[in-house]
Amino acid sequence: MSAQNIPAQFEIVDRPLDTQMTISMGPQHPSTHGVLRLELVLDGEMVVKATPDIGYLHTGMEKLFEYKKYQQGIVITDRMDYLNPLGNNLAYVMAAEKLLQLEIPERAQTIRVLMCELQRIGSHLVWLGTHALDIGAMTVFFYCFREREKILNLIEAASGGRMTPSYFRIGGLMMDLPAGFEHRCKQFLDDFPKAVDEFHTLLTGNKIFQKRTQGVGYISAEDAIDWGLAGPCLRGSGVSLDIRRANPYCGYENYDFEVPTEPDCDVWARYLVRMRELNESHKICVQALSRLKPGSIKADAPKVVLPDRQAMKTHMDALIHHFLIVAEGFDVPAGEVYFPIEASKGELGVYMKSNGGPKPHRVHFRGPSFVNLSALPDMAKGEMVADIVAIIGSLDVVLGEIDR
Amino acid sequence: MDSDSAKPEVPTESINSSEQTPSPLVAAFQREHPDWVVEVVAALGETTIVVPREQIAAACGFLKTWSETRFDFLSDICGVDRGAEEEPRFEVNYHLFSTTKHHRWRLKVLLNEDNVHVDSVTSVWRTANWHERETYDLFGVIFDGHPDLRRILLPEDWQGHALRKDFPLRGYEPYSLK
Repeated sequence: MSAQNIPAQFEIVDRPLDTQMTISMGPQHPSTHGVLRLELVLDGEMVVKATPDIGYLHTGMEKLFEYKKYQQGIVITDRMDYLNPLGNNLAYVMAAEKLLQLEIPERAQTIRVLMCELQRIGSHLVWLGTHALDIGAMTVFFYCFREREKILNLIEAASGGRMTPSYFRIGGLMMDLPAGFEHRCKQFLDDFPKAVDEFHTLLTGNKIFQKRTQGVGYISAEDAIDWGLAGPCLRGSGVSLDIRRANPYCGYENYDFEVPTEPDCDVWARYLVRMRELNESHKICVQALSRLKPGSIKADAPKVVLPDRQAMKTHMDALIHHFLIVAEGFDVPAGEVYFPIEASKGELGVYMKSNGGPKPHRVHFRGPSFVNLSALPDMAKGEMVADIVAIIGSLDVVLGEIDR
Repeated sequence: MDSDSAKPEVPTESINSSEQTPSPLVAAFQREHPDWVVEVVAALGETTIVVPREQIAAACGFLKTWSETRFDFLSDICGVDRGAEEEPRFEVNYHLFSTTKHHRWRLKVLLNEDNVHVDSVTSVWRTANWHERETYDLFGVIFDGHPDLRRILLPEDWQGHALRKDFPLRGYEPYSLK
């Protein structure tokens, strides 16, 4: 467009460029956290319009659920938000349990809370490391991954998988915690507050980090609700909403923890909320660990839950149930549920519809990253290109969940 | 049914039986707008209201601001294909949530295969934008009045709608950009 064609009210006088430029950021850009492409319309270095382009990682998981038995679907959920697989497992199995109306024993509930909060810490540590790395602080990354390694080791000890645990099963857990787990977990939890202090020392007082984050990526509380932002992004806009408190599940109503909020509505506020959540999750972990009592880890539903290995070898009915569950699956009564949980990134909802039979008719995941990213154009408008990187980091998106 | 003393706030959710009587709040909504409610299903502690196709945007707008419900937060929109032989074939589910009252409803619209148009609710909640694009992409439901109804997960020139029941799980031809 030549300068004469610009209407008078849009005429740009004292800027070096009198035209707008469209550039493509990604999908291989290191700070887009996966394969996200942004179409940026720039005026100089200012973003006029940002349009996310997603789908590069689409693997048709929701289609796949319809062709797999309920228990086989758990494995697929691990691959969605791969930083928070236990949260995905939990939302999926609890939706199925709601359809089946199963009662989960207390020990299994407590272990679920403990593991999910460990996973939330792990997920926040990856966010913190990569967010700081994007902005230019490299050291934090190594400190975060050192702590995350300990969490992954704990998850591996319990489930056998580091990134893909599939630890929760419909009706309970895959297996009980291994011997010595509680001691190892306690060791980690004893040391963790010191690590959080280290993170604060590295970043919170850092003038450069503050300049890069304060006042950047503003979104007001009304806009945040309108855009469906959830989790730390919503709480960073001063809205005190946490599904663990609003619609408690898994016995979260019995745990003592705070829902941190910050009023500033910017990248800095979302940073502070997540940092405080590290402490809150630590608090919940300590409580859950102290509440672990011996007991059953599987619901009393022999037609749904696999029998114990020993029972299977000695009792004929247990063997028959085992065979039928593995070979044919179990029938889930017809119905539909929407089960929301508070995942590390916000409201993770599972819509599950059953027409009876061993396979779901439809499974839909409401991924918090998907919804949070849709608000990016609103936050990015009028910011500098370099700040886009900070804003994406503060949204904490995982493309595996967005594209599904 | 409860007497009139029942509180108009959050109904206490119990999952004792799969079929329950609807909460007084739903009855109040039905009294307010009887022509917006085709059917009410209360099961598994969740409330589902089937709304006529033409009224969905108006019903969403009303429920967002009505002082009894205040559904200011749209959790999710998702489509369902009941199967090629079913009529009506498609469902669109709107999962509503209130950030102040913390309750949830599901609004449901049923669509025939020969008329897959439904009004967009992007003017009520902006977050509906991507949810509707996803439903359009995977089911072919067309949201009238949507500002930017393009495919979102699949490529622009993709043929068909992947989550329809008559779309095959496996294809035999590799996809290539045309």
